[in-house]
Amino acid sequence: MLGKLTIDALPFYSWVAMAGAGVTVGGGLLVVAIITYLGAWRYLWTEWLTSVDHKKIGIMYIVLALVMLIRGFIDAIMMRAQQAFALNSDGYLPPEHFEQIFTSHGTIMVFFMAMPFLTGLFNIVAPQQIGARDVAFPFMNSISLWLTAAGAGLVLVSLVIGKFSTAGWTGYPPYSGIEFNPGVGVDYWLWALLVSGVGSTMTGINFVVTILKKRAPGMTLMRMPMFAWTTLVVSILIAFSFPALTVVAIQLGLDRYLGFHFFTNGDGGNMMNFANLLWIWGHPEVYILILPAFGVYSEVVATFSGKRLFGYDSLVYATGCIGILSFTVWLHHFFTMGSSANVNAFFGIATMIIAVPTGVKVFDWLFTMFRGRIVFHPSMYWTIGFIVTFVIGGVSGVLLALPPADYLMHNSTFLVAHFHNMLIPGALFGYLAGMNYWFPKAFGFKLDETWGIRAFWFWIIGFYLAFMPLYVLGFMGMVRRMEHYNVPEWQPYLVVAAIGAVFVLVGIFCIAMQLYVSVRDRAQAVDTTGDPWNGRTLEWATSSPPAPYNFAIIPKVEDIDAFADMKRRGVVGAKPERYEDITMPKNTAAGVFLGAGGFVLGFAMIWHIWWLAALCLVAAVAILIMRASNDDDEFTIPAAEVEAIESKRQHSTLKLPTDQPEPGVDPAGKQPMPGNI
Amino acid sequence: MLLTAPLLSGCGLGTAPILNPKGPIALAERDLLFTAFYLMLIVVIPVFVLAFVFVWRYRANGGKGQYKPDWSYSAGIDALIWLVPALLVAAIGYLLWTETHKLDPYKAIAGTENPIEVEVVAQDWKWLFIYPEYGIATVNELAFPQERPLSLRITSDTVMNSFMIPALGGQIYAMAGMTSRLHLIADETGQFTGRNTMFSGDGFADQHFQAHSMTNEDFNAWVQKVRQSQTALDEVAYATLAQPSVAHDVEYYSTYEANLFETILAKYAARPAHSAAGMEQ
Amino acid sequence: MAIADTHPAHEEPAVHLGGGEEFEEREFGFWLYLMTDAVIFALLFATYVVMSGNIAAGPDAKSLFSLPHTAGETLLLLCSSITFGFATLASLAGQSGRVIQWLIVTMLLGAGFVAMEIIEFAGMISAGAGPGTSGFLSAFLTLVGTHGLHVSLGIVGIAVMAVQVSIKGLTNPVRSRLYRLGLFWHFLDIIWIGIFSVVYLPGVM
Repeated sequence: MLGKLTIDALPFYSWVAMAGAGVTVGGGLLVVAIITYLGAWRYLWTEWLTSVDHKKIGIMYIVLALVMLIRGFIDAIMMRAQQAFALNSDGYLPPEHFEQIFTSHGTIMVFFMAMPFLTGLFNIVAPQQIGARDVAFPFMNSISLWLTAAGAGLVLVSLVIGKFSTAGWTGYPPYSGIEFNPGVGVDYWLWALLVSGVGSTMTGINFVVTILKKRAPGMTLMRMPMFAWTTLVVSILIAFSFPALTVVAIQLGLDRYLGFHFFTNGDGGNMMNFANLLWIWGHPEVYILILPAFGVYSEVVATFSGKRLFGYDSLVYATGCIGILSFTVWLHHFFTMGSSANVNAFFGIATMIIAVPTGVKVFDWLFTMFRGRIVFHPSMYWTIGFIVTFVIGGVSGVLLALPPADYLMHNSTFLVAHFHNMLIPGALFGYLAGMNYWFPKAFGFKLDETWGIRAFWFWIIGFYLAFMPLYVLGFMGMVRRMEHYNVPEWQPYLVVAAIGAVFVLVGIFCIAMQLYVSVRDRAQAVDTTGDPWNGRTLEWATSSPPAPYNFAIIPKVEDIDAFADMKRRGVVGAKPERYEDITMPKNTAAGVFLGAGGFVLGFAMIWHIWWLAALCLVAAVAILIMRASNDDDEFTIPAAEVEAIESKRQHSTLKLPTDQPEPGVDPAGKQPMPGNI
Repeated sequence: MLLTAPLLSGCGLGTAPILNPKGPIALAERDLLFTAFYLMLIVVIPVFVLAFVFVWRYRANGGKGQYKPDWSYSAGIDALIWLVPALLVAAIGYLLWTETHKLDPYKAIAGTENPIEVEVVAQDWKWLFIYPEYGIATVNELAFPQERPLSLRITSDTVMNSFMIPALGGQIYAMAGMTSRLHLIADETGQFTGRNTMFSGDGFADQHFQAHSMTNEDFNAWVQKVRQSQTALDEVAYATLAQPSVAHDVEYYSTYEANLFETILAKYAARPAHSAAGMEQ
Repeated sequence: MAIADTHPAHEEPAVHLGGGEEFEEREFGFWLYLMTDAVIFALLFATYVVMSGNIAAGPDAKSLFSLPHTAGETLLLLCSSITFGFATLASLAGQSGRVIQWLIVTMLLGAGFVAMEIIEFAGMISAGAGPGTSGFLSAFLTLVGTHGLHVSLGIVGIAVMAVQVSIKGLTNPVRSRLYRLGLFWHFLDIIWIGIFSVVYLPGVM
């Protein structure tokens, strides 16, 4: 009846596991208690959980990302603490527990922190930036969200019922195969990836169609804001790379569940195939995580330098190059597999070529600041911190792209330092910059800057303290994933790294304080016009928070930086002769149910509760068929209501600065230079 | 580098195997890393300088730089920021191509002496070394004469491992049913730590061994010592050894089962025996 | 396509096959979905090619595959694509009864294909050539089975659309769905041709 599930699955075997389960269950209960105390269930259900509004879905994605950031960070600081102590001793974590922690840390940070964070930013910002009222497929958007949440839920539940995988976030077989890992851990990992991976694929499809088909009139591709561009490129990458993850996860699942021999040691299995398939997804995934942050930096640096982005065309082409090249470099993740020198050299050179467009971007951002007037908003701190720090990661990346150097550094803490050096400044800092930048757009008030700047300093100092020692340890021969060690020279570095983790902890606390203080003092920080930073792109033309339809009248775009252009032409807030009815999608609970179905399906498969899994599949198909037969999924907001909403809002009155005439130059003879020569 | 040496040793870096290679392979790999690093400073230093100068000069609050909000393009700068990184990558790419071929781990080292052949088997969680030339085998101890090329054939009798002796050079994966190759050489005597770098389970942290580079006389004495061992690695002993064990002690075997390495490989053959030779990847 | 020549769709290219401009986004999205599915199949093909020699101690392709059987499957599937085409033509002509008839024929042909595939797999498994026998058989059964699963889902989709046509008639949303289902069905045909030429033909050679 319950498959493999017995009372032994509960974590009564160790106090650390019990504590983890206690925090998870306690946190869940606390949230339920607070919602019940506030009597907010109905509101939550009708206004949020069942919503198909891209802005609300985006906010829910980011809430999920922040929760999972905390969970993933707890894993990180536990690992740092273990390694700081575990010289010639077992530390406080037994190997199996340590292994679960490094696996869940990686899995959570990539799939359930970074992916939801960037998807949330896409959702909130991209449709508004292109002057659209919603994404192309609002219902599918809701399914994507709830499947992602279902995957995250499976990872969280693994802390309470059973154990998580010990095979690392990449889950290489044969170690992750049934022969060496007969428990439920790898299955938790597999189903979390499969369920959320389907959601991600749908997000990719959704945003490709949204951006290619729903742009406002006049917004040609070469007039799109950079963030919209990165959304497009990333969505294409998602749509074409996530199927590889699905394939590799299904193949490993078939090996584990039905005794297939895709990746087993014997009987004709081929574990090298796993590495290939995984990284055919995995390398584009790196750019899926990083490019959205590049988009954020491009917006932030232009806005807070009070200047048009330098080299827009170059940035667009660089983004496209990175997207294409990201599919051609996967083999650099396993130069040490014994491929021929020709193959290794080819993939090494392809990898290094990516450094060129990436370097171009860095210089473009620098030259955007050049001749600007830089305002040090927290999002600008994150951006400048990123530029300086990311370059170091880029250098270590090129070093690792050299196969002979990689032979030395592969699997070492140097590699760990390298990819954290790419993903913390290159992705997370960008997401946090985006959060600071677009928060008023989503909620109607600004985030507190003092706490934001504090968060930045603790994060960046913590980052350097935590990861520079790992670079050094790589030279000292320390490899990743060591539960203990016997080399006394390593310990001082690991202690410094642990102190770095404490700094990051304070940084996370500062972000929490920033949110708390901002909500408490929101009355003083209200964004009345929808344009708090003298923005340049269309999302600042809507009110903050935007009306459900974003734009009462779809704007006509005539230039890059469409909103800046509208300010220059003085057409901001122009009233139309009359408003039109607006058709919007109806809310639906089907997305929540499908997400819940995905969660229960995964759980049932993990514990071999076959009848429940079959039930979930049938229910999911039934919901989809019902939904596919429903032609009544939209409603109309009457023109009068639109007019009522619009007549209440204020429009931006900010002036866009233009060049001061230089002495002795006739101002009439100077035209503003278009960006796309 | 000379000036920084005392400083480095103070931080425990004096013993860092990657920085202090004991053989030409590791030295060449390290030098390539350093060369590429110095070359990249051509781009990195300007980024640091520009970031600092621009942020300082163009800060809204007191910056001295001229404000030109409409300035957004310069063909010269655009060309420069594409070309300089591109030329740099071309230069490093050339290095990459030649060095990757030169340092191909499958390529035999042109040495003055015959290479010493050792067959290496990864197990949970230890390393078995078989010396076909001498008819002996050891666990967790690899000895070899200095300045004589070490020619390794590597496989795994468990999950995927990665074999590495950092002081001598880079690593290669060990995979069941497949043979990978690694060629190393030490140009001085000494004891270096080697290990599995690929996470492989609960005993992973302790899966290291000592590699001894010896004079010819010492090596011959060592071979004699192993030959005098009472234990033989027959079929039964191998089956026991292959069971998972953590921090396994060093073991010497005076003899081993004939064709042991091939037998281990054949257990995992993906194809029928007559075409198994094709599996050496 | 002599039949299509007489059809208004040819004289007025503005008439949208999928039943209205408002469904253009959905059709574009569906094309993208098909591409993601194509990636899945491409990787399963690649896996098969890599593993086709890994027969371990099991039988090889030559002793397992039967070209006449596969030719029968191919015939059924190709015919079903043609009959789906007739259903599409009938929908353009607004003949909902014809649409349902052709959909049912398509469904039967598809079911015949799935049945033949199940017979083939059952024969292999009972002869000791199941997916657990070798890497080659794992890759074979996964690739061909994934296609078979798609065909089965397609049959469910056809059934749903036949019901929708009978209840709702040929409204724009229904025609758009029918159009997308047709893309899916023809797509599976193309995949099958790939399977035939990459898996079965070299296997028996």
